[in-house]
Amino acid sequence: MTLLPRKRDGHPPAHTPGYKSSVARSPSRALISGPASPTELSGPTFGHELLGKLDNNLVVNFTGQPAIGERIIVHGRVLDEMGRPVPGALVEVWQANAGGRYRHKKDGYLAPLDPNFGGCGRTITADDGSYEFLTVRPGAYPWPNGPNDWRPMHIHFSLFGPSFGQRLITQMYFEGDPLIPRCPIIRTIADPSAIERLVAPLDMNRAMPMDCLAYKFDIVLRGRRQTMFENQMEGM
Amino acid sequence: MVQPLDYLPETPSQTAGPYVHIGCTPNFVGIHGIYAEDLALKPFPAEAPGERITVTGSVIDGTGTVLRDVLVETWQPGADGRFGPGAQGFCRMPSSLETGEWVLETVKPGAVGPNAPYIALWIVARGINIGLQTRMYFEGDDLSSDPLLTRLEHQNRIPTLVAKKTGDGTYRFDIRLQGEGETIFLDM
Ligand SMILES: [Fe+2]
Repeated sequence: MTLLPRKRDGHPPAHTPGYKSSVARSPSRALISGPASPTELSGPTFGHELLGKLDNNLVVNFTGQPAIGERIIVHGRVLDEMGRPVPGALVEVWQANAGGRYRHKKDGYLAPLDPNFGGCGRTITADDGSYEFLTVRPGAYPWPNGPNDWRPMHIHFSLFGPSFGQRLITQMYFEGDPLIPRCPIIRTIADPSAIERLVAPLDMNRAMPMDCLAYKFDIVLRGRRQTMFENQMEGM
Repeated sequence: MVQPLDYLPETPSQTAGPYVHIGCTPNFVGIHGIYAEDLALKPFPAEAPGERITVTGSVIDGTGTVLRDVLVETWQPGADGRFGPGAQGFCRMPSSLETGEWVLETVKPGAVGPNAPYIALWIVARGINIGLQTRMYFEGDDLSSDPLLTRLEHQNRIPTLVAKKTGDGTYRFDIRLQGEGETIFLDM
């Protein structure tokens, strides 16, 4: 079994001066490539016993009382580059509250904390790769980069596939947000079609009448390939 | 015209940002009550066989500043060179908010195939646009036939992948993101 080589032009490069924090934190030498060994091909697996009943419900999982904000379902499927669903994938999310404030001592934004919003959730994908969260729509927020930079509404996602070499952290954005094309972090990605793949469309098929809207965000992890000839090749 | 290749492109990476702990180690930043404990605080249970080791390290940027908001994940086999079961062998370490140091208490990994024993690392933080993959080998091990290390063009960079022995069962491993002594990062 092998992992498909990562196609770096669909990702941000390390050094992106428009996002100032990357300047001193980006390797300047070329990455060294080589065949993955069993360590990169294997990875931790997580069972459903890890999950609490409310882990994927950010509206109530902090205090049991509902958080303030626009209720939304965020759902989708985790697939690999071959188009196959990835079941059993641990999906962790974190986000600002409806006012754009994180529950973190380093976030001093004017918007208030919501006493009933913690800001994280997790789930494990089903056999068809599907996952679902209930949350509130996060607010946009200003951040110190350029003189007046704002993050669009977004949810951070962390994903584990079956291989440690598939590990991925990304961010989901919301269809129609005018801050998307202005965001220096989004603009670390050069390819406009790659940016589009981070923008979740409104999904009225999953919205619940008189309850919540829904957004659909599918995530693709690096492909894992196994061919019937592979063992023969290794023996040669 | 030919048939389209209907493969899917990998979802682009985005930085983990300054608040990665809220999602990955919420208890560490004072968000209690959602998860009973943070994920993968220790890679192995106390009774796991093998030599117990402690690795202390830090991640340093191109100006020489230690990162205090970095998250380091490790994945390794047990002392017998086998992986798992479950998440055994996986550890997630937020660096200290005060000193930037992280401490890995684990068992020394066994060798897998022709590779010298090593622990795989994955590093994310604000300012890192895509998670950085690297490896930690161990001073004192025979590294002379490791398939990755032997084919490196710049053999003088190998020490950046080797944890230094500081005592009985203790090691030091500093990761330099950029510039003088830059750690080798991998694309595999
Ligand atoms: Fe954010």
